[in-house]
Amino acid sequence: MDASPLAPEILFLVGPVPISRPVVTTWVIMIAVVGLCRLGTRRAGIHGGTLQTVLEITVETMADQLRDILRRDPWPFLPLLGTLFVFLVFANLTTVIPGMKPPTGHVETPAALAAIVFFSVHFFGIRSRGAVDYAARYLKPNPVLLPLNVLAEITRTFSLMIRLFGNMMSHEFVIAIVVFMAGLFLPIPFMLLGILIGIIQAYIFTILAAVFIGAAVGNGEGG
Amino acid sequence: MENSLQIWSIIGAAAAVSFGAIGPALGEGRAIAAAMDAIARQPESAATLSRTLFVGLAMIETMAIYCLVIALLLLYANPFVG
Repeated sequence: MDASPLAPEILFLVGPVPISRPVVTTWVIMIAVVGLCRLGTRRAGIHGGTLQTVLEITVETMADQLRDILRRDPWPFLPLLGTLFVFLVFANLTTVIPGMKPPTGHVETPAALAAIVFFSVHFFGIRSRGAVDYAARYLKPNPVLLPLNVLAEITRTFSLMIRLFGNMMSHEFVIAIVVFMAGLFLPIPFMLLGILIGIIQAYIFTILAAVFIGAAVGNGEGG
Repeated sequence: MENSLQIWSIIGAAAAVSFGAIGPALGEGRAIAAAMDAIARQPESAATLSRTLFVGLAMIETMAIYCLVIALLLLYANPFVG
């Protein structure tokens, strides 16, 4: 508890590169998610097994939700946003496994995810509307507001990062304090709350990324 | 006092979190009350409302989390305390 949440926790070195605990946890999550998907789609058929059906329901539900938000065909955006959501759910729920800490509770992982969202917003915006039309968006209500629009672009990415980091990290802190003060059984309701917080934060991160992308690509065309 | 900088950092961190939580708490309360009112009037729009409510609450909550981050910076990464 006395360790700073802002300093990375270095586990070992690969050559000159230090590998921190969130990176290792992220690798484990990646292996788990890819393995689960491989297992589910290995013998994919029309009459799939249980796991394939679960995966299909998950993907379809995410596509429906994104269609409601974006008000257009969600499939071009589903690889990015769906992966974000699934990764975040797994990453936030590692808090219930003893000995594992959520990688989103350190500032690097949310920063990387927010950077991915930042660049893909511009990528999707330019691909869908063209560079000139997309850049004109920053002059939209009035050219005087150009600095504010650029500032908003930066601060909303920053707040996307800080929101996820702050929620996960503060929850870890609360659990540590309750364990320190009250011992064995009292932390259990807080850990249940942690599951709820983890899933809600994953949902909010994905929804906000979808809203940003939806604003960048504009609406009207497509269905 | 030779460690007054540390003392004031801790006081500043506590003040940042405690006062910074007031505004978002009031704002979130108003937002949830309005959403409840709207759902009670039009239950069929509950799905859209709750999704918008979540996004809005996340936006409001960011203010409190900014304060938390400032408090943590004061406690753990204070540039003036060696």
